[in-house]
Amino acid sequence: MSDLQANPDFGLGWLDGAGPYSDIVLSTRVRLARNLQGHPYVCRASDEDRKAVFDAVAGAIEKTSFAGGGAVLFRMEEMKHRNRHIFLERRLVSRDLLDKETGKPSPGTAVFVFSGNPASMMVNEEDHLRLQCLVSGLRFMEAWGLADRLDEEISPYLFLAYHREFGYLTSCPTNAGTGLRASALAHLPGLVLTKEFEKVFRGIAQVGLTVRGLHGEGSEVMGNFFQISNQTTLGKSEEDLVDHLAQVVGMVIQTELQARQILMRDAASVTEDKVWRAYGLLRYARSLPYRELINLLSGVRLGVSLKILPSLRVSMLNELMIFSQTAHLEEAAGKELSKLERHAQRAEYVRAVLREGRGGIPFDPTG
Amino acid sequence: MHDPERVCDGPSCSNPAVVHLAQIENGKVSNTKYWCKSCAEAKGISTKTPSSFERSDAAAEESCTFCDTTMKDFKDTGLLGCPHCYTSFEPGLRRLLNRIHGSSQHLGKVYLPPDPSARDLDARVQALRRRLRRAVDAEDFERAALLRDRIRELEPAG
Repeated sequence: MSDLQANPDFGLGWLDGAGPYSDIVLSTRVRLARNLQGHPYVCRASDEDRKAVFDAVAGAIEKTSFAGGGAVLFRMEEMKHRNRHIFLERRLVSRDLLDKETGKPSPGTAVFVFSGNPASMMVNEEDHLRLQCLVSGLRFMEAWGLADRLDEEISPYLFLAYHREFGYLTSCPTNAGTGLRASALAHLPGLVLTKEFEKVFRGIAQVGLTVRGLHGEGSEVMGNFFQISNQTTLGKSEEDLVDHLAQVVGMVIQTELQARQILMRDAASVTEDKVWRAYGLLRYARSLPYRELINLLSGVRLGVSLKILPSLRVSMLNELMIFSQTAHLEEAAGKELSKLERHAQRAEYVRAVLREGRGGIPFDPTG
Repeated sequence: MHDPERVCDGPSCSNPAVVHLAQIENGKVSNTKYWCKSCAEAKGISTKTPSSFERSDAAAEESCTFCDTTMKDFKDTGLLGCPHCYTSFEPGLRRLLNRIHGSSQHLGKVYLPPDPSARDLDARVQALRRRLRRAVDAEDFERAALLRDRIRELEPAG
């Protein structure tokens, strides 16, 4: 499934844009929530409770084929602040893994990053275990298939909280049953520019799915990027949930493609102008706030997709989205950056990538 | 129904009536009085609508026997305290799960604990067969082969 047979992808495997429709669907994610029997959920757990959960999980991993480096362990407490945020920016961990009040990690919080698989598993987030697979393009069944295989490998060594009627028991009842949340991160400028998106999103809501902003729950919409995910997790099999979502996202893609055709038929010069202006700003700007970058990347991405900018690759745009975030920029600079320095550093990085077509920042998260 | 035109029945009071007090005898409304807020309170009639917590004080006090989470805690945070909460608050949670998901019956993967009972094994095989049929129908033969292997592992040889 991944080109990286031996090494962890550290959340970057999807950047290659190798999946189907990857110009529109950046990534597909499937996550499974699991909890251990006999332990309070994380919201009521003491430091000792979380450590006990961590020990049980780490012990289980040692009994699987992932022992000896197949799943690389990162204890959040032991990670440098910047590396934790790099993981956050790559969606390997969520904000919930850091303490809400102090912003620091609680004892027992950790993430396993799997080698050779585009997958990771958080320990002691809202649920004891959050296993996630993140792949390029529209590949729900593949992402679910991988999540299922990893779950099958690990769960025989754990006493999981499971109820014959309610299925896998989770801290929030909105995740109970399968514990499965699948989502596609889609770029839908055609629907936005033709003002069709409200109608499409209403339709999505009517079939039991949710649309959110770029960074998921509670996040704002930026650059015409939307996350489409399942809302219910109980009463249907995982395959049915995933298949339904794949079908709906497939229809959204078709509607987006039609909208782009209309744009190019009725407003080709305006669209081309938008694309080239976005490219021009990215190519020459000396200061770029992240929000502006995302908005400009939206225009350029549309241009790449419509072959207005044929020399750029989707993978470069994916890299620009991830590597131009704060912690990644600071890692590249080797120091903390003020807001203005960050904007300048970002603009410099974007210019270099577009000028030279070079890739991302080398980063060793174990360092 | 609240009638915005109705005025208070209180002596020499013309405030809008907000309290309707109906007396029911033998299933029939025999006597209805209409009061404004201040006249109703002067007669000792409470004009406060009980909040949902006040209405379900007893339910809110119920707590999980394992982790002491109460229904009130759950309502405040939206999170349960431990897996045992599902048993402690089972009837209410079943209703809630039905409301959220349209069902409370899990139809997905069946977990096999490290020490499975015969019933666990049977439920697991049934679920795998269901998924196998689906995979074959969808012509997903790779998945079908995987599921068939999982079934074979659980079924006695021969």
